[in-house]
Amino acid sequence: MSAAYDEKPLMNLTEEKVEISFKKESQVKEVWRRLKKDKLAMFGLTVIALMVVIALCAPLICPYDDAIKMNMRLKLALPSAKHWFGCDGYGRDLFARCLYGSRVSLTIGFATSFATLVIGSLLGAFVGYTGGKIDDLIMRSLDIFSAIPSTLFAMAVVAALGSGIVNICIAISLTRIPSFVRIVRSAVLGIADQEYIEAARAGGSSTMHILLRHVLPNAIGPLIVQTTANVSMMILSAATLSFLGLGINPPQPEWGALVSEAQEFLRRRPHLLIFPGSLICIASFSMSVLGDGLRDALDPRLRT
Amino acid sequence: MSEKFLQVRDLSVQYRTDLETVYAVNHINFELEKGQTIGLVGETGAGKTTTALTLMRLLPEKTGRVTSGTVTFEGQNIYDLPDETMHTIRGHHIAMIFQDPMTSLNPVMTVGEQIAEALELHNTDGKTREQIEARVDEVLRMVGIPPERKTNFPHQFSGGMKQRVVIAMALVCEPDLLIADEPTTALDVTIQAQVINMIRELRDRLGTAMIMITHDLGIVAQTCDNVAVMYAGRIIEAGTAFDIFKGEIRHPYTVGLFSSIPNLREKTARLTPIPGLMPDPTQLPAGCSFAPRCPHATERCRTEPPSVWRSGTHVIECHLLEGRGGWTKEGRE
Amino acid sequence: MYRFVLKRLLLMIPIVVGVSFLIFTILNFIPGDPGSNLLGPGALQVDIDALNEELGYNKPFLQRYLLYMYNAVVHFDLGTSYATKKPVFDEIMGRLPVSLKVAFNAILFSLVFGIPLGVLSAVKQNSLVDRVSTGTALLLASQPGFLIGMILMLIFSLKLRWFPATGAASWKSYVMPMIALGLPYGGRQLRFTRSSMLETIRQDYVRTARAKGANERIAIWRHAMKNALMPVITVAGTSFGILIGGAIATETLFGLPGLGSFIVAGIKQKDIPVVTGGIIIFALIFSFVILAVDLSYAFVDPRIKAKYAGGGKR
Repeated sequence: MSAAYDEKPLMNLTEEKVEISFKKESQVKEVWRRLKKDKLAMFGLTVIALMVVIALCAPLICPYDDAIKMNMRLKLALPSAKHWFGCDGYGRDLFARCLYGSRVSLTIGFATSFATLVIGSLLGAFVGYTGGKIDDLIMRSLDIFSAIPSTLFAMAVVAALGSGIVNICIAISLTRIPSFVRIVRSAVLGIADQEYIEAARAGGSSTMHILLRHVLPNAIGPLIVQTTANVSMMILSAATLSFLGLGINPPQPEWGALVSEAQEFLRRRPHLLIFPGSLICIASFSMSVLGDGLRDALDPRLRT
Repeated sequence: MSEKFLQVRDLSVQYRTDLETVYAVNHINFELEKGQTIGLVGETGAGKTTTALTLMRLLPEKTGRVTSGTVTFEGQNIYDLPDETMHTIRGHHIAMIFQDPMTSLNPVMTVGEQIAEALELHNTDGKTREQIEARVDEVLRMVGIPPERKTNFPHQFSGGMKQRVVIAMALVCEPDLLIADEPTTALDVTIQAQVINMIRELRDRLGTAMIMITHDLGIVAQTCDNVAVMYAGRIIEAGTAFDIFKGEIRHPYTVGLFSSIPNLREKTARLTPIPGLMPDPTQLPAGCSFAPRCPHATERCRTEPPSVWRSGTHVIECHLLEGRGGWTKEGRE
Repeated sequence: MYRFVLKRLLLMIPIVVGVSFLIFTILNFIPGDPGSNLLGPGALQVDIDALNEELGYNKPFLQRYLLYMYNAVVHFDLGTSYATKKPVFDEIMGRLPVSLKVAFNAILFSLVFGIPLGVLSAVKQNSLVDRVSTGTALLLASQPGFLIGMILMLIFSLKLRWFPATGAASWKSYVMPMIALGLPYGGRQLRFTRSSMLETIRQDYVRTARAKGANERIAIWRHAMKNALMPVITVAGTSFGILIGGAIATETLFGLPGLGSFIVAGIKQKDIPVVTGGIIIFALIFSFVILAVDLSYAFVDPRIKAKYAGGGKR
């Protein structure tokens, strides 16, 4: 004996309508929302943004001349109302030097990062797409690049080309290109075998189109993270090179060079170290924290 | 009447994070006698694994919380015990086999070491090194693995053999209660039968009580004396295996579970799954949790939580038993 | 197993060749010929030309490279320094121990400071200890070594006079460089150890250990640690490259007569043989460290060990 409901057939399959939104905008908003929650990362972002703005407005604050004009009467002046950060061994206003130094450092950091991103990505896409012997050859060459510690390599390039902003930019960016190439290359390889790529190609999509629409979304996360990490690495590399005397040409100010100049008078005039040193400290920390935050926002694996 | 071996009364467990609260287990009751096997059946997310972890006090510390009820094992309330006692119980009196053998074993220790560890942790009668090793060999043989392989690492074993190592590890101290959490789900079908047979034989030989957690009714039929069907954290039906498999009446969900099994003898164009999905455990519905998917749901089902109805050993939590002969209301906790 | 080691060693050869070729090529662009540099400004053109001929300067590029490599590998002759007129090889070997001491001390310091704190932070996640350690590590990891070095110098040398600011007089001279170089590196170690531990503690096999009756101490020390620390060692090794870069600046700052500061001086003086030889040696050491780390991983992780010793699945 069975009751009616033991035998009643079950209903037809209800269709669950699930909204999967692939829209780029909502993804960006989602990442931004997650980033905002990370207070430390937002602090980093604010600081960097502030520094960039101030650096851009440098000519409005004081003329470049102040940074390089020597005045031996003001030699090693302590901070005062007129010279907020005091003066260095040649009587140059330290605040102006720090200000214009930030222009140099930040420009190197961002510009080089961007150039490395573009060149590395293009190369990576090319290599991944072409495959075969060229792929092998280029990747082996990159392995050799990676076998040389970046500072040493940059030093070698500077030795060959001479010092100066452009040359250090070239030197530093060369050391970082391999990582970008690898990221994009693996993104390309990740989808190259997929059938929808063949279909897209059969449908007439150009290589560029495929790269933009399919490869780029895959790679964009790691690329962003790598780029942010790079900016701070570049700034530090440039600072290290300048500290060693192999970077920018004096009298051009740059944070690393300023720290190096401080060594001579370190005991009597520590402010020569403290001001540019703090700038380096704060800038690197902020970039580093922002980079971490971005990495977490782009790839959220909940850490309880 | 012997003191109940295992008694779970009105147990509720929640997972609480900053964002939400998951009502994983809601007021469940079941009992087990020494040497008996109960099958805990249900879909993924029904709360079976959580129940198992709760019995062993292995819930994640920060998020898992027992919000009501008690678990009494051999007369002792598990949650009242000090930590050291719990360490003695785990592995020795109550042992557990987890679902995924691929990740349950430590990749950098040999299987021999891992099984021996279980013995060493509970070495109260001062066994010597040789005695421990001999026992490890013995238990490996018992699960069909040559003892020479105890110096191998987990990655050198296939999935089925890994699970056998896990079983050996669980049984080496001859526990009184074995909790097997979907022990064969991650294995090939052909290996499944082997492993289930082995578990059954060992259980018979050692007289171990067992809680068999599974979503596979076939396994339940082969191994279990009693069955409890879980849905959305509640036990909506329980009884002996006979009650569940051959009973005159069953909970609509149980009916659905049985109907979902493809039948070799019938010719049919489509399988009949249960439509819909289990409710979101963070937002359980007001009335019966199964009502949204139940073909016989009434208005009352959607608003009023159903009471528990009993007929002998068989209990069902459903409004539709109201007024049915032979069934008495037991109230709802 | 030995085949694996041998194979890796052999693979190093093309890398070594590639690196040396790359450096040689880049530095080829520096203007100046060995003859005028070695004989000085007052020398006669005739003598300069003769010396150049003798050193093979006028030969084509590839030949010069091969000659250089031949001399380097067979005779350990890396040329003669323009500045000191002494064999580059001797100069380098004289200075290498200092650099190695600095780098080694720094790694040791960073491991001693970074790993235990990293483990502690992971085990006591979100506690005060964790927050302070992680915050400090974050701050330190992002700083350049020379900056920390200068601050240390200011406080401990110039103000407190505990350690000498420059020079390599005694063991005291190595303390501040060790800390300056080791702190940022240690910060990174701490963070990585912490995240590796956190991930390992979540693994199923740790839960299995608890289910067997292990208390927290055993579950974490015996089961989690070994697994968590393996990637940490690898990262430590590969970060060595960054360490070398920082070491150069630290040597320069603290006036230690190491290889790094030697190369820097060489660049400023356009002393090509020194720069070429120095960078190549450094790069070689770096490659060997990476190799050593890779190999150690193979010895420590039974999964990889088995792969090469021939223990397959059955």
